Amino acid sequence: MACFVVPTAEAVVVTVAYFAAKKAEKKITAPEHSGETRLELNEAGITWSKRLSWLMGLLWGGVILLAFEHFWHGEIVPFPPFLSAMSSPEDTAEMLHEMATVGVSMALTVTAVWGLICAFAQLKIKKIKAADKA
Amino acid sequence: MTLLITVISAVASTIIWYFNENRDKYKLGTLSLIYWGASLMWLMDFVFEYAELKAEYFVQEFADILNDSLLGVAVVTLGLVVWVVILLFKDPKDVFKKKFSNK
Repeated sequence: MACFVVPTAEAVVVTVAYFAAKKAEKKITAPEHSGETRLELNEAGITWSKRLSWLMGLLWGGVILLAFEHFWHGEIVPFPPFLSAMSSPEDTAEMLHEMATVGVSMALTVTAVWGLICAFAQLKIKKIKAADKA
Repeated sequence: MTLLITVISAVASTIIWYFNENRDKYKLGTLSLIYWGASLMWLMDFVFEYAELKAEYFVQEFADILNDSLLGVAVVTLGLVVWVVILLFKDPKDVFKKKFSNK
């Protein structure tokens, strides 16, 4: 019905955090090399802007495709109130319930998987750095 | 079917990302993240529907399967469109710069 609204809200927050992290990192790092294609690293590992860009990709990608699916099923309409579930109080209650269950689960799952991706990447970097030192 | 088609696309794009040396230049990671994000969200949708319907979930009319498959193909196409727009916007090969520059 409108489960994708919850990950959309998270995507907006993450995008704001991404730009804030990018701005903060620019202040403390040297000027960027043009054509740099390697993973952005700092002394502690992967930068927060890089990590957040992965979460942004997952969230916005999912949200765009899910919004299309809702449009396909007629759950999003091109005129106010834009969500067909908002046309009656019963449907709205059902929509809110779906957002609280399916929507929140979607956001939590994507965030958990992102956490695993970050942990995996950090572990890989640690191993590579240890191998370089040896 | 939509979930299945999206997961197949996510796996395929990840394999392409892994084996392509120009993965960063052509934003292959972004394409992969788009499909994985959608796959994870539809997976949760599936979990909730399966918990409600149990085995009945898999008993579907042919028309529903066809509609879901068409939606899956449309979703994969939309993912590709989003990726192409990002690619053109970033212009990693400076195609627009070369085309429109006076130098």
